[in-house]
Amino acid sequence: MDPVISVRDLWKVFGPNASQLVASDELKALSRQELMDRTGAVAAVRGVDFDVAPGEMFVVMGLSGSGKSTLVRCLTRLVEPTAGTIVFEGENILDADAKRLRDLRRNKFSMVFQHFGLLPHRTVADNVGYGLEIRGVPRAKRGERSQEVIDLVGLSGYEKSYPDQLSGGMQQRVGLARALAGDPDVLFFDEPFSALDPLIRRDMQSEVIRLHREVGKTMVFITHDLSEALKLGDRILIMRDGKVVQVGTGDELVGAPADDYVRDFVRDVPKSHVLTLKWIMRPPRPDDELDGPELSPETVVREAVRSVLGADKPVKVVRDGELLGVVADEEILGVVAGEA
Amino acid sequence: MVAVAAPRQLPRLFQHKKSLIFAAIVVAWLVLWLVFRNVGTLALGAADLTPLHRWINGVNDAVGASRNSNPVFLYFFNEIRLVIDEFVTFIQALIAQPSFGRPVPVIGWLGVVAIAGFVSLAVAGWRVALLTVAGFVFLGLQGLWQESMDTLSLTLAAVVISLLAGIPLGIWAGLSDRANRVLTPVLDFMQTMPTFVYLAPLTLFFLIGPASATIATLIYAAPPAIRITAHAIRSVPRNTVEASESLGATRNQTLVKVLLPSARKTIVLGVNQTIMAALAMVTIAALIDAPGLGKTVVKALQTLDVGTAFNAGLAIVVLAIVLDRVTTAAAGERRKLPRWALFGGLGVTGVCVYLSHTYLWAAEFQSDVEIGSSINKGATAVTEWAQDSLPVLTGGFKDFVTFALINPLQALLAESPWFLVALVVVALSFMVGGVRSAIVSAVCIALLIATGLWQDSMITLASTLVATILVMLLGIVVGVWMGRSRRADRFIRPVLDAAQVMPAFVYLVPFLALFSASRFTAIIAAVVFAAPVAIKIIADGIRAVSPATVEASTALGSSSWQTIVKVQLPMARGALTLAANQGLIYVLSMVVVGGLVGAGALGYDVVAGFSQGQLYGKGLAAGLAIVVLGVMLDRLTQAAAKRWTN
Repeated sequence: MDPVISVRDLWKVFGPNASQLVASDELKALSRQELMDRTGAVAAVRGVDFDVAPGEMFVVMGLSGSGKSTLVRCLTRLVEPTAGTIVFEGENILDADAKRLRDLRRNKFSMVFQHFGLLPHRTVADNVGYGLEIRGVPRAKRGERSQEVIDLVGLSGYEKSYPDQLSGGMQQRVGLARALAGDPDVLFFDEPFSALDPLIRRDMQSEVIRLHREVGKTMVFITHDLSEALKLGDRILIMRDGKVVQVGTGDELVGAPADDYVRDFVRDVPKSHVLTLKWIMRPPRPDDELDGPELSPETVVREAVRSVLGADKPVKVVRDGELLGVVADEEILGVVAGEA
Repeated sequence: MVAVAAPRQLPRLFQHKKSLIFAAIVVAWLVLWLVFRNVGTLALGAADLTPLHRWINGVNDAVGASRNSNPVFLYFFNEIRLVIDEFVTFIQALIAQPSFGRPVPVIGWLGVVAIAGFVSLAVAGWRVALLTVAGFVFLGLQGLWQESMDTLSLTLAAVVISLLAGIPLGIWAGLSDRANRVLTPVLDFMQTMPTFVYLAPLTLFFLIGPASATIATLIYAAPPAIRITAHAIRSVPRNTVEASESLGATRNQTLVKVLLPSARKTIVLGVNQTIMAALAMVTIAALIDAPGLGKTVVKALQTLDVGTAFNAGLAIVVLAIVLDRVTTAAAGERRKLPRWALFGGLGVTGVCVYLSHTYLWAAEFQSDVEIGSSINKGATAVTEWAQDSLPVLTGGFKDFVTFALINPLQALLAESPWFLVALVVVALSFMVGGVRSAIVSAVCIALLIATGLWQDSMITLASTLVATILVMLLGIVVGVWMGRSRRADRFIRPVLDAAQVMPAFVYLVPFLALFSASRFTAIIAAVVFAAPVAIKIIADGIRAVSPATVEASTALGSSSWQTIVKVQLPMARGALTLAANQGLIYVLSMVVVGGLVGAGALGYDVVAGFSQGQLYGKGLAAGLAIVVLGVMLDRLTQAAAKRWTN
């Protein structure tokens, strides 16, 4: 399937003569700090490539200053990229003129912000309908559609409230509803839950997972929280100093970190929750008895513990009838004990 | 270690040396003053003129002669004057002056009260509406209905023009960095210039009367509207704007649907500031014959008739309170009037307007319970009592400040030879702000000499410095108290806000009663006028000192006094210098008002220039000298602030 978004060699440099800087291979090769020292320019995003598949939940993760927020703003050109291409449904959006860009923003993608960005002088319903209003949708139709998405995000009964009367979690539901109201193809989330307290954050994460399942939209989600990334992401892109360090599924990051940076990052992740059997199985040894129970290589370790420890023979890891390896007590315990 | 320590000690040594140099300069000045006293003081008698003054008189006459023949006047200045005059006359015809062949205005007092009450009800709620109605009726009872309406007409005219120009400009400056960069220094200039100074040049172009008064008011009242609108637009949170952009809003949509509604409250506060500034200036414009309450006050002040001045001053205060309450409340929560109240109010207002248009009793305020004359008598009685029975208290204070502060400083400044003062000022400027400051001061001194009013400038400078010192003393005491105590802040701040709203004239009246006409009265009025700003700046500065630092100091066992002197005041020194700077400018802007009550020197020159044709040029030159003094002191304090805070 063709990717919805395809990003190639994307650069964003803040500072004087940014476009000339990225034309120079020598300067592009410098580290962020060196570039800063030599030219006074700050390279927020440096040569980023990735693809997002239709319906995928793609997470970009990085610490503050890694360039992730700039990256997501480049994707909708809220921040103008310095160089590179962003192909969205076959169209390079860097070539779009102001009008086309507005059309794209009105119809194709929308964004949920960390600090909500709600309009304090408008009710919940009018905030949700704002995107439709600026498109010129008539009032009656707007109200209807707003009500639909308000119900969808669980805000029924608060239509007439003002943002400052709502809790942070509720405000972000308004932000979510506003983004959904225009029925976009892609939703961008810029650290939407960082400003919320932990319990509410968990609720909202489940809410996003539910919505992703129900409306099946492509989503690009920015976060600095690894557990959030692992919980939500089909695939995760790890950024550092404006560069991509690794792209992969959660178990790939934990099982095969690309470098020490990622290894350090995932060290405290409870591996049994993320790793699947394929990461811990070993080739069968001659003395193994191979008539034990069978499990799929995609089974998460945590879910296999009971079967493996309960069986008196090693568990076979089998895909499509082919024996890939075996898992016995010591492999399971190695993962579980390693977390202690 | 040595290499690190050495450069660190240098500045301290340098500073120490600096205070020595400073002391040496002052001592040398005192010694030379004893030697050269009353030599080269460039004194100029009250009725004497310099060639410059005569030349300006000549220009004035020439302009007067060619007003109706010179094309610049025919097609530009006169046109502006006519349009503004028409506009003001129109509003006056509606509410203030007999018009359209009628013996009374189109809308009489009942109609005006009803309209004001209804507008207040719609934007500010029933409480404020009651206040408005009571306030307006009170104006009538004072016997000052027509004067009040003249003041209101002029204020409204100036406010309408200010906002028509100011809000679009403010929006522009809010959206465009370039526009902001161009406008900011212009606004700075408009606001730092003492208000009375542009009155005289304006009369040159627009004659004496409502047009000049309105334009002077515009210059004073438009900057807050522009500034606050720009600030409001700029402080809409970036992420709200971004959210709107991310949904595909055009620039106009973002402006109309996001920026303006979010900025509404702040913009209304700007409107409030503009209205208050306009009211203050309209009363001052009485000096160039603007009709209304200000004229009553000026006339009364000139004859030292405290009772009448107090009555009219009170009317100005009432008008100020009403206008302030209505616009402040309008900036609060948006309120929706119930339908019945809206239409009911409209109906009642309509009936009242009709009645006041048709019947004399509703048109002309005729009251059997005239309280104006009682207020007048009462104030006069209180004044006489105060002057008779409090001379120990008031006289003692007055004599102390006069003999301990004003006289010595004035003697030093005004009786030194001009070259000695110039030398000292330039040397001090160099110490404070380097070569640039020294050059600015030298140029300013040259200009002061050129105005021919050197000694008057020095006398005014002495008064200004004394007033500023008092302002700073008051500012530090009250400001520190407010900065340290939330409760004190809660009680004092509203009083300061109210004091800032009052037109400058009003301050003079009670002090005139207490201290009679003298330099001291003018200085105290200036202090009272300037203190609220300084106090607020210092209070905010003290409050802004990081609580963690104060806590740490307390934890180390500092007493309150030690915390104030060693932590809070040093850390708030940016606020202190800003307070001194603002205090100076405010004091200086009262110089002319002080001229009305015996301050003499430049203030008197300006006032006399308004009233006597042959002193016109001298008055204009005195205005110029005030500006030059202002620029010099402003630059110096800013340079000091820069040096001190870095």
